[in-house]
Amino acid sequence: MSQVDTTTNAGQLLAAASGGRRRLGDRVFSRTAVVAAVTILALLAGVAIFLISEGYPAFTAAASELPEGKTFLDYVAPLAFGTVLASAIAALVAVPLAVAAALFITHIAPPKIAGTLGYLVDLLAAIPSIIYGLWGIFVLGPAAVPVLKWLEEKLGWLPFFEGPASATGRTMLVAGIVLAVMILPIVSAIAREAFAQTPRKLTEGAQALGATRWETIRMTVLPFGKSSVISGAMLGLGRALGETMAVTIILSVSGAVTFNLIGQANPSTIAANIALDFPESSGLAINALIATGLVLFAITLVTNMAARAVIARQNHE
Amino acid sequence: MESASVTHSPALERPASLLASGAGWRRRAKDRLMTVLIAGAFALAMIPLISLVYEVTKRGIPGLSLAFFTEDARGVVGEGGGASHAIVGTLVITGVAAAISVPIGIMGAIYLNEYGQGRLRRALTFFVDVMTGIPSIVAGLFACALFELFFGPGIRLGVMGSVALSVLMIPIVIRSAEEVLKIVPNHLREAAYALGTPKWKTIVKVVLPTAFAGLVTGVMIAIARIVGETAPLLVTTGVVDSMNSDPFHGRMQNLAVYAYNEYRSPGVFKQAAYDKAWAAALTLIAIVMLLNVAARLVYRRYKTEIR
Repeated sequence: MSQVDTTTNAGQLLAAASGGRRRLGDRVFSRTAVVAAVTILALLAGVAIFLISEGYPAFTAAASELPEGKTFLDYVAPLAFGTVLASAIAALVAVPLAVAAALFITHIAPPKIAGTLGYLVDLLAAIPSIIYGLWGIFVLGPAAVPVLKWLEEKLGWLPFFEGPASATGRTMLVAGIVLAVMILPIVSAIAREAFAQTPRKLTEGAQALGATRWETIRMTVLPFGKSSVISGAMLGLGRALGETMAVTIILSVSGAVTFNLIGQANPSTIAANIALDFPESSGLAINALIATGLVLFAITLVTNMAARAVIARQNHE
Repeated sequence: MESASVTHSPALERPASLLASGAGWRRRAKDRLMTVLIAGAFALAMIPLISLVYEVTKRGIPGLSLAFFTEDARGVVGEGGGASHAIVGTLVITGVAAAISVPIGIMGAIYLNEYGQGRLRRALTFFVDVMTGIPSIVAGLFACALFELFFGPGIRLGVMGSVALSVLMIPIVIRSAEEVLKIVPNHLREAAYALGTPKWKTIVKVVLPTAFAGLVTGVMIAIARIVGETAPLLVTTGVVDSMNSDPFHGRMQNLAVYAYNEYRSPGVFKQAAYDKAWAAALTLIAIVMLLNVAARLVYRRYKTEIR
């Protein structure tokens, strides 16, 4: 950072010392850069302002004017519940797998193929969400049906697997697993970066003391990467909260508020609800959907900020 | 991709001394078990990728034909027709989004790395982070709200989709461009200043050419990221069956929304519609993979050796 500052100063000095024609070019170019910076900030401000102004009518509207004849709070609450539930499943499934994948790539796989393996995990992030949706409903859903049946029979005493098990696989559990696959690469990439930076003196020190490979990982690599894993998990959670198409396609929704993950009736998510209803809505229903988008924006914003705060604190240390 | 720069530490070797000294079999057994579990978890994480690529290829090929790329879907019921309107729409919408995002993103990165100071710089860094977290559907709603304010409710245009995609693309471009500009060594800039080159010319003639391969790679990966977006286009560009290549006039189809609609409302001839949905998915995945591979090749081929 300080290096850049020195150059900036040198550049300014030179610019100040050189002739007026040169200064004109400099002025035009630096102004353009500032304009770009301000444009980006204005764009983001625009996102917030337009969502608020278009969503506002729904906050104040009477229940009878809104979709489903509910007040806005009653309308958005089940959707927010579904959003958080689906994302929580995704994070619970994805984080352990992502951490294991990162450990495998950085500390177990032969270094020669580690780069390729990392690239394969990254490929998961490149696949468009519509394709995850189609895969979820045509491939994973049907394949999951016997598993859902088994869960109902063996673990039916848990509220999560109460059943009756869906015969199509269009359940919260399947949607959550597809979301997990989608966020796995982002969590894994962040964990990988941290694990790879574990100081050699720590790992080698542990080995010199006779630690096995797992003990070395547990005592040096995992503690070193802990806060990165936490922030990565939260960024992944943020991604899952806003993910639309996979849930829209896979989940069979009913507006029910339930923890039953394998049934036919599932709560929708905010994003999926917008995608499903927006094209056919008009008037105040549009305002209501935009207002739910604002709620979603707020939820993801808080999640992402928390993740950044963890990273910032770690960098500070 | 951020992870491309990760350096891999060599795999931890099993210390020979441990085995020779006959350390507790429990510890060794646990080591083995955990190694197997971790490797198993990695394998498990790879199953979706393999299954996905296999299924999309298998189910996508039957729907592919010459007509798929040359005809549109106007008046088509059941088999026949094509997705040329969706392919053209994808190219136009993505192209306009890139035309908006690339200049703003790269100039923004130049601002951050070469000019930025004080509050504006800090604000931009922070809010670009915020922007990367905007859910894609929210970007779509923004574009919708913006255009409805000026053109009345129910407006659907290709360019609305491009604006929505720009909200998603700008932070990706600016992040990757900033990373690349950061690693251009200062002695190059200083050498240019020493020759009396003005700062803007130093940036245009020295900094940007040095960073060129990285910038192009970043832009291609950003395009690959948005080309398959569905949700923001679903609420902005509308649905249409016939060719429209004018982003400023009328509804516009794109591949992802096309695949979604063929799945969502297949009509009477279900299988024909599903075949088309998968064919569109396969085309989309091919475009994304090509962009990713091309980005890697460009980087390998043209990267400037920085000492």
